[in-house]
Amino acid sequence: MLLKLFPLVIFLGIAGFLWKGLSLDPGTLPSPLIDKPAPSFSVATLDTESPPFDSAGMLGQVWVLNVWASWCGPCAQEHPQLVALSEVRDIPIVGLNYKDAPEDARLWLNRYGNIFSDVLADKDGDVGLDWGVYGVPETFLIDAEGRVRMKHVGPVLPSDLEQKLLPAIDSLVAS
Amino acid sequence: MMLNIGRLGFWLTSLFLLCTPVLPLQAAESLLEFDTPEQADYYTELLGEYRCLKCQNQSLSDSQASLAIDLRREIHERVLAGEPKAAIDDYLVARYGEFVLYRPRFTSATLLLWVGPFVLLAIAIVFAVRLARREPQVANDPSSSALDEARQLLGESGSVESGSGQPDGSKGEQTAPLR
Repeated sequence: MLLKLFPLVIFLGIAGFLWKGLSLDPGTLPSPLIDKPAPSFSVATLDTESPPFDSAGMLGQVWVLNVWASWCGPCAQEHPQLVALSEVRDIPIVGLNYKDAPEDARLWLNRYGNIFSDVLADKDGDVGLDWGVYGVPETFLIDAEGRVRMKHVGPVLPSDLEQKLLPAIDSLVAS
Repeated sequence: MMLNIGRLGFWLTSLFLLCTPVLPLQAAESLLEFDTPEQADYYTELLGEYRCLKCQNQSLSDSQASLAIDLRREIHERVLAGEPKAAIDDYLVARYGEFVLYRPRFTSATLLLWVGPFVLLAIAIVFAVRLARREPQVANDPSSSALDEARQLLGESGSVESGSGQPDGSKGEQTAPLR
């Protein structure tokens, strides 16, 4: 009897995987960086008068790294959510300006509002390469010990902010 | 007739031009320098092994996405430095995960991926063999209800036999009482 049901069990198993596959986005890859130490880097800021940014200086606090560019449409779409985040939570949001021209980046920030604690100029995409950036925008959440705890690929939509980012930030800040 | 030959020539020339490969398109970026021809071969071989993350059905050598161009540059530097494939694999996997490799390495995380199809195949073979060995039960069973029913029907009307040998449709009318 059990043996007779076996093909059915296999079928249900395969059907389950395929059903799950229907709701997965093949463009979103799991990051191998999750729960690993964040790649350390030192890079010039967009504001050329301030000293270069060193990721070691962020140890001891929960922070967000947002990868954006002026040439990236979805970045403008997600920016209001980052502005909202900066209003409701007091944590640094570092902007990594990825493969962009500094003057374009400045114009973009003037237009959409600069809520970043630091804007880093990753002109050649070297920092992005170390962080495994493959599609802009991307948003990382780093804990006080300097480990990457979350990665969001694509624009942070209002629902992502409410259901993903804010709960993750709160649980990290609380612990 | 002359006109036709002229036309034929035109079409053949067009066909020939269509078949000419459009090679120079990609030449701009691929002017890479290597110390030895082996390095160039190694580089070309490597690019076919890695997936472009931005355009997932293309390898790094096929893609013109800016990320693919960056990664090609990175791999080129590592090839010049004489790094083995395992080291370059590690570099890419640490950033993008096993997915970047077209042939993922055999680890605990990819075990199901490698072994799964063979397990399913083995199960399918087991069931196919069992099914093939099973004896046809219904035909050998004289007490089956289907057989009984058939006998009953045949026994009730002897006229079936007289009518059944006739391919002629008009004779079929005579066996109508069966209904």
